[in-house]
Amino acid sequence: MFDYDLVVVGGGPAGMAAALKAREEGVEKIVILERAETLGGILEQCIHTGFGLHYFGEELSGPEYAGRFIEQVEATDIDVYTDTMVLNISEDNVVTAVNNSEGLMQFKAIAVVLAMGCRERPRGALSIAGSRPAGIMTAGTAQKYVNIDGYMPGKKVVILGSGDIGLIMARRMTLEGAEVKVVCELMSYSGGLQRNIVQCLDDFGIPLRLSCTVVKTHGKDRLEGVTIANVDERLQPIPGTEEYIECDTLLLSVGLIPENELSKDVGVELDRVTNGPVVDEYRETLQPGIFACGNVLQVHDLVDYVTEESQIAGKGAADYIFGKKKGGTYINTKGVDGVRYIVPQRVNIEGKENLKLYFRVGQVFKGAKVVVECDGNILSSRKKVKLAPGEMENVTITPEMLENMTKDSEIIVRIEQ
Amino acid sequence: MKKSLICVACPLGCPIEIEMENGEVISVTGNTCKRGDAYARTEITNPMRSLTTSVKVEGGVHPVVPVKSSAPIPKGKMFECMGVINQTSVKAPVKIGDVVIENILGLGVDIVATNCDSGK
Amino acid sequence: MKFDVAVIGAGVVGSLITRELSKYDIKIALLERHNDCAMGATKANSAIVHAGFDAKPGSLKAKLNVRGVELMKRFCKELNVPLQNNGALVVAFSEEEMPHLDELLRRGEANGVPELKVVGRDELRAMEPNIGETAVGALVAPTSSIVCPYELTIAGVENAVTNGAEFIRNCAVEKIEHKDGEFVLSTTQGEITAKYVINAAGVHSGKIASLIGDDSIEIVVRHGDYYLLDKSQGSLVSHTIFQCPTKMGKGVLVSPTVDGNLIVGPSAEDIDNGDDVATTTVGLDKIYTNAIKSVPAVSLRNAITSFSGNRAHPTSDDFIIGPSAVNKNFINAAGIESPGLSSAPAIAEMVECIMLELTGGLEKKSDYNPVRPEPVRFRHMSTEERAKLIEENKAYGRIVCRCETITEGEIIDAIHAPAGARDVDGVKRRTRAGMGRCQGGFCGSKVVEILARELGVPMNEITKFGGESKIMYHKTK
Repeated sequence: MFDYDLVVVGGGPAGMAAALKAREEGVEKIVILERAETLGGILEQCIHTGFGLHYFGEELSGPEYAGRFIEQVEATDIDVYTDTMVLNISEDNVVTAVNNSEGLMQFKAIAVVLAMGCRERPRGALSIAGSRPAGIMTAGTAQKYVNIDGYMPGKKVVILGSGDIGLIMARRMTLEGAEVKVVCELMSYSGGLQRNIVQCLDDFGIPLRLSCTVVKTHGKDRLEGVTIANVDERLQPIPGTEEYIECDTLLLSVGLIPENELSKDVGVELDRVTNGPVVDEYRETLQPGIFACGNVLQVHDLVDYVTEESQIAGKGAADYIFGKKKGGTYINTKGVDGVRYIVPQRVNIEGKENLKLYFRVGQVFKGAKVVVECDGNILSSRKKVKLAPGEMENVTITPEMLENMTKDSEIIVRIEQ
Repeated sequence: MKKSLICVACPLGCPIEIEMENGEVISVTGNTCKRGDAYARTEITNPMRSLTTSVKVEGGVHPVVPVKSSAPIPKGKMFECMGVINQTSVKAPVKIGDVVIENILGLGVDIVATNCDSGK
Repeated sequence: MKFDVAVIGAGVVGSLITRELSKYDIKIALLERHNDCAMGATKANSAIVHAGFDAKPGSLKAKLNVRGVELMKRFCKELNVPLQNNGALVVAFSEEEMPHLDELLRRGEANGVPELKVVGRDELRAMEPNIGETAVGALVAPTSSIVCPYELTIAGVENAVTNGAEFIRNCAVEKIEHKDGEFVLSTTQGEITAKYVINAAGVHSGKIASLIGDDSIEIVVRHGDYYLLDKSQGSLVSHTIFQCPTKMGKGVLVSPTVDGNLIVGPSAEDIDNGDDVATTTVGLDKIYTNAIKSVPAVSLRNAITSFSGNRAHPTSDDFIIGPSAVNKNFINAAGIESPGLSSAPAIAEMVECIMLELTGGLEKKSDYNPVRPEPVRFRHMSTEERAKLIEENKAYGRIVCRCETITEGEIIDAIHAPAGARDVDGVKRRTRAGMGRCQGGFCGSKVVEILARELGVPMNEITKFGGESKIMYHKTK
């Protein structure tokens, strides 16, 4: 059994930022446990640029963004185990992990930071009819084949889902010589950045079909084609709009799911909307001493925000370790009228610092107001030119706002048109 | 001649109209900020793009290492640059920032490694 | 290649027949047209060992089902295949359906099925709290069990190969001649001769029989779609929940699987092409609508995959087992639809008896070993067992599939086992790597890498399930 102050599960951008922040706050014995062969997480395969504009003020590729944190981790004496899988976390914060050089290991921790990231929604979750040949994979799997393994997973490609990963892979496959026939999007709008639509699709003449989905896959051994169809307002395929498209590859970019199997095992309560743990403003879960940050907590669109969130968790874990994070009076936050969820879900009204509530809307709003209220009093109201589900928003709560709240208060964020 | 495009300088996505005459920009309208104006002018006269891809690495842990253009290159030159990059290989070890191809196609832009590979 | 016996088709029936015959001192070949065993109906069915109340009394189906239930226990024990006796319920959803349950009860008793009883609403709800509101009663069949059909098949082939049988993959039989008292089979792997041929070719068993001029077997391909739900849903019900059967079969069931998932299906639709295993929107919709009648809490939000299988429905409505009228040395084990999995051990026993009769007796091997050693199942081990295992072999310390906690060591074992995995799906069926909620999103490329390394081929030669099912094309650079 190894004794640590802080065990960080996951060595991607979230885990590294949390560990580094905790170290900065004076935590001595820290270990990062990472499943892959290297630190960096999913950024290692995200070789396109667009990372770091907020945090570093410059445009970096995924590996470069990760590289800056890896360098910092390596400059400290934070212990790192790569190629190491965490099997479980016990209720008294003993983390059991395994790798093929040290075998089974147990780490006793005062605090644990969960930073396992997320996974892609597979085909099975979509109920697309048809055969199950080779050539159907998530966009992220294809990204790994191309960018890490150096192999082409297809020549003629259809992409379902116009989130940023789908768009980025459309360009990537095209640059490597594949023909991307179409990107289909179930919704009436793309979840991806406008910039990516222009630079990943328009630049290469790849059509984006909105309100359109794949209804059937064809082919025995390798995919031979897909049938796509338009969908109505209820997102149901419209009979008669079917169209056959010949292709050997279908890439799915249809959503990300936080990887909370470990969290569930240890009894961490999850939010039904985010699929991530319920946390307070320091990202501590309802399980004392267990913190969560990054995509395991909520799916982010910008890694810069992951870093920011993870530093908050790292600071919280440090406070917890030093016994500075004590009790308090916690109230809930709640999103209504177009606000799908809020992180953190709980806030200590005795808090003495500004805090941000992050949220996502459920549909596109133009010229709407973001209103924060509590016990019938409006705390803030701010007009936004545009709000979209693909972009995480935030509002600031000041200690002054918290002053008049009681244990029965609830902070509400809503959209007013 | 009028041309229209959607601004990508930020997530707002303003629809911009550009008036052109003899290849010169006469006016830019529809943008809500200065960045939009600048974007529209470059995009309409000389669109530039960052190029990211990978290059073969010999003796590496992985068969390829990611690279990017050190500065944006003309949009129309992307595939030509890909051709050059695909003919190139580097020897491990590779560090972030290593110049893999200097002054590609004489564009004044280098192709640099964006990850490291310590080698086998 | 010369053999005494050629078994055509490595589904659960062909596998267990081969295994039963491998105890005798004869040369046996198991011919499979795919890259692996268990590739037909065997890999896509309900995974139930039926109690035996459904089949018509006096039929082969009835006899072999009930005998199969008995034998299954020994087979699974010897082959180290998990068998879980969870019991089954046939639920009536209206008073009008209740007499149907009595009919099934009488039929079951006539077939010799033990412990059957009919329970009312309250008792049913006590047994299965998540059952639908409209359920009024159920037939309880305590001897019904669940088993993983491809695991049983793989274990059977593995054991047969260990005992000297030869497993020949990618071997489609195209022509059969009978010359000088021997069958000469023209196959995609060359010419194979055998004194006896056993036809266990599933949906293609009619076609195979007609190669020797036996046109008596008429198979209708009955297509069924299924959903598999996440392990978090595996405890919604503890029994296998049936609805009252129709003339198309046993209807849509909801059942836990031995691996802790929930299986929902099948639909039933007769189709022309036995190789068409594409799921249909209509089929998937139908099973969902029916499933929520049984168990309203079934939610497709938790579906991790859908798939379909083709059952070989004989127009005669009963199994066709026995020497062909055209040539008695050609033995059919054809038209094996439900309860085929349940009956498979008994079918194997029956074919063994036929062989003993035809040959006038066979000599047993002195070194026959009926036991297939239990594969390492890291996910089921205690911390102490895991620590010890990794100490012996470091490869068990590397988790490849994180959803199912499958180690690199288990994958290497599966590749190097007798009749081992050659493709990604083969690894998946042997180890469960890629079987979990992410469906191979993370581990798929790792498995390709390990297969390529262990088989000594480049990554782009690895397929999903043989043939042209390549996963990657050329190198990018």
